[in-house]
Amino acid sequence: MPKWAEVILVPLISLILAAILSALVILAIGEDPVAAVNLMVTGALGSTYGWGYTLYYATNFMFTGLAVSVAFHAGLFNIGGEGQAMLGGLGVALVLLFIPWPHWTVALLAATAGAAVFGALWAAIPAYLQAKRGSHIVITTIMFNFIAAAVLNYMLVNQLRPAGSMDPATQRFREAVHLPSLHELLAPFGIAFSKAAPANVSLVIALIACVLVWLLIWRTPLGLEIRSYGKSQRAARYAGIGAVRITMIAMLISGALAGMMAINNVMGEAERLVLNAVEGAGFIGIAVALMGRSHPFGVFLAAILFGFLYQGGAELALWTSIPRELIVVIQALVILFTGALDNMVRMPLERIFLAMRRGGAA
Amino acid sequence: MNFLALFDLSVLDSTVRLATPLLLACLAGLFSERGGIFDIGLEGKMLAAAFFSAALAAMTGNVWVGLLAGIGASLTLSAVHGLASITFRGNQLISGVAINFLAAGMTVLIAQDWFQQGGRTPSLIGGGRFEPITLPFAEALSTVPFLGPIYSELISGHSILVYVALLCVPGTWYILFRTRFGLRLRAVGENPAAVDTAGVSVIGLRFAAVGICGILCGIAGAYLATGLQAGFVKDMTAGRGFIALAALIFAKWRPWHALWATLLFGYLQAIALRPDIIEGALGFKVQVQLLDALPYILTVVILAGFVGKAIPPRAGGEPYVKER
Repeated sequence: MPKWAEVILVPLISLILAAILSALVILAIGEDPVAAVNLMVTGALGSTYGWGYTLYYATNFMFTGLAVSVAFHAGLFNIGGEGQAMLGGLGVALVLLFIPWPHWTVALLAATAGAAVFGALWAAIPAYLQAKRGSHIVITTIMFNFIAAAVLNYMLVNQLRPAGSMDPATQRFREAVHLPSLHELLAPFGIAFSKAAPANVSLVIALIACVLVWLLIWRTPLGLEIRSYGKSQRAARYAGIGAVRITMIAMLISGALAGMMAINNVMGEAERLVLNAVEGAGFIGIAVALMGRSHPFGVFLAAILFGFLYQGGAELALWTSIPRELIVVIQALVILFTGALDNMVRMPLERIFLAMRRGGAA
Repeated sequence: MNFLALFDLSVLDSTVRLATPLLLACLAGLFSERGGIFDIGLEGKMLAAAFFSAALAAMTGNVWVGLLAGIGASLTLSAVHGLASITFRGNQLISGVAINFLAAGMTVLIAQDWFQQGGRTPSLIGGGRFEPITLPFAEALSTVPFLGPIYSELISGHSILVYVALLCVPGTWYILFRTRFGLRLRAVGENPAAVDTAGVSVIGLRFAAVGICGILCGIAGAYLATGLQAGFVKDMTAGRGFIALAALIFAKWRPWHALWATLLFGYLQAIALRPDIIEGALGFKVQVQLLDALPYILTVVILAGFVGKAIPPRAGGEPYVKER
């Protein structure tokens, strides 16, 4: 199969299949799919307000999508992005609550480091257990999602909650660490961007992360080792690539990326740590990575698409009787078709291309 | 300190009830994984079954119709899992993740469309629920010291599905270890090529394993919505599918151990609901979050091999490719 078909055609057909099924679902609950798509497009892309939300969600998904991708390259399936992002949020909150930062720029650097360290540490234990004791990383990361939820619950309810507050959340971060939103960033250039939308400077960090991950995976010796290990563990071991080392490094980077999502949702949007801050973004990372074929540029596009779906879905829930859970269904279908049913699309395509090449040669 | 208070009859009673869906889902996973198909979609299958059993029970007023609908819904998702992971040799873990999300989204979507009650079903009454069964002589024997209350309160007075779940344990053991089908099923999870060489269909056996898994998850979900509670609410499985998965590892893929593991995890859930008893018995407070996280922590410890190593079926997660 030619490369363009592999990179573009297969994901596109999978996506179309998922879209057709989603449309059928909308029809089945008695709504008009065309009107729904129109509403989603106007709601998510029709105004700078809509774009602001779309890009805000997309920023989250870029981080978690990159996290899953890096692990995929090493042949590891990190389902723990959700828990790692929760712990990343805890890291951000601790850094911002207990150190009086003078300006948001230094605070952002410190918060990014805090988020990355906490996320990486949370991924380190499953990684170590996989590398040293052979415990299946999928199961341990799932378990760590639940343990993370319990840890966060304990920290918020018993430790970080301000006295007298019933709400399981930290107090608001100081005004000095407020991250500039896209409105504030674009105003000097004469671009009027919606004031109410939560997209902020973290988007830039997410884009930098995309580039850095691309450099790491395709332009460094470490990246080559990670990819070799992911393609064939035995061959990699034969080439002198340490299994423990690669598993640990790949998972630490993966966890750090998932954790870094917290600079967007915790520091940028909520400006305090709340209980359900991650809102499933860790799991959406799986769909984003699968759709983006684990390539940072693919992840970028898929993250924007899911950002659009998220914001569009919220608009749908607001204006029609279609609940927000429609997005969960679409997400499931994308994971199903681009991930699990990949061969269903690929096998007939391979046959077609093979027949065409034979026809051309004869 | 009074440790016996930790084993108060009311706590043990709810242990049995809370352990039942875990046990059914755990045995479901046992069949699937013994057949070489990893299934992290137990949660989704239970959730779908919970919704469809409650919905049909609410509409027909007949809980048995609900049970069948729940099993049907769960089997449908099993078929998707089988199609993805057996027929098209896709990644079984990714398929499981997709099934969990599919169930989480579709149940709310359909519930909203059918009942307009914010993603829940109407409360079930009368014939729409599985009622507790009083075993023979429960009343008469309740005055017998010690054993009487155990019989009348702990053993008697559960809905029929609880007893079905308990009977599934010896049933599973018998099928797996005493029948030809069971031998083949275990073989297909360890070494499918050998089964294939012997002229037995690997694909057929694996679909059977996934199918049995679907039926048991269906019963588990139906019990949640029509036995344990009276109706479906959004995300009502609340991670039970994953606790069942944890119990399966804890039990090292063996039926009787699955019973003990799920009873232990059921007990942890039951005692977490009664912080007053813990404090009274131990003399200090135990954080409820710690109790919530304990099944998962225990599983990680077991997985890490610190307390006896858990070794999964050898061909688990590997799609079988026939040699040409």
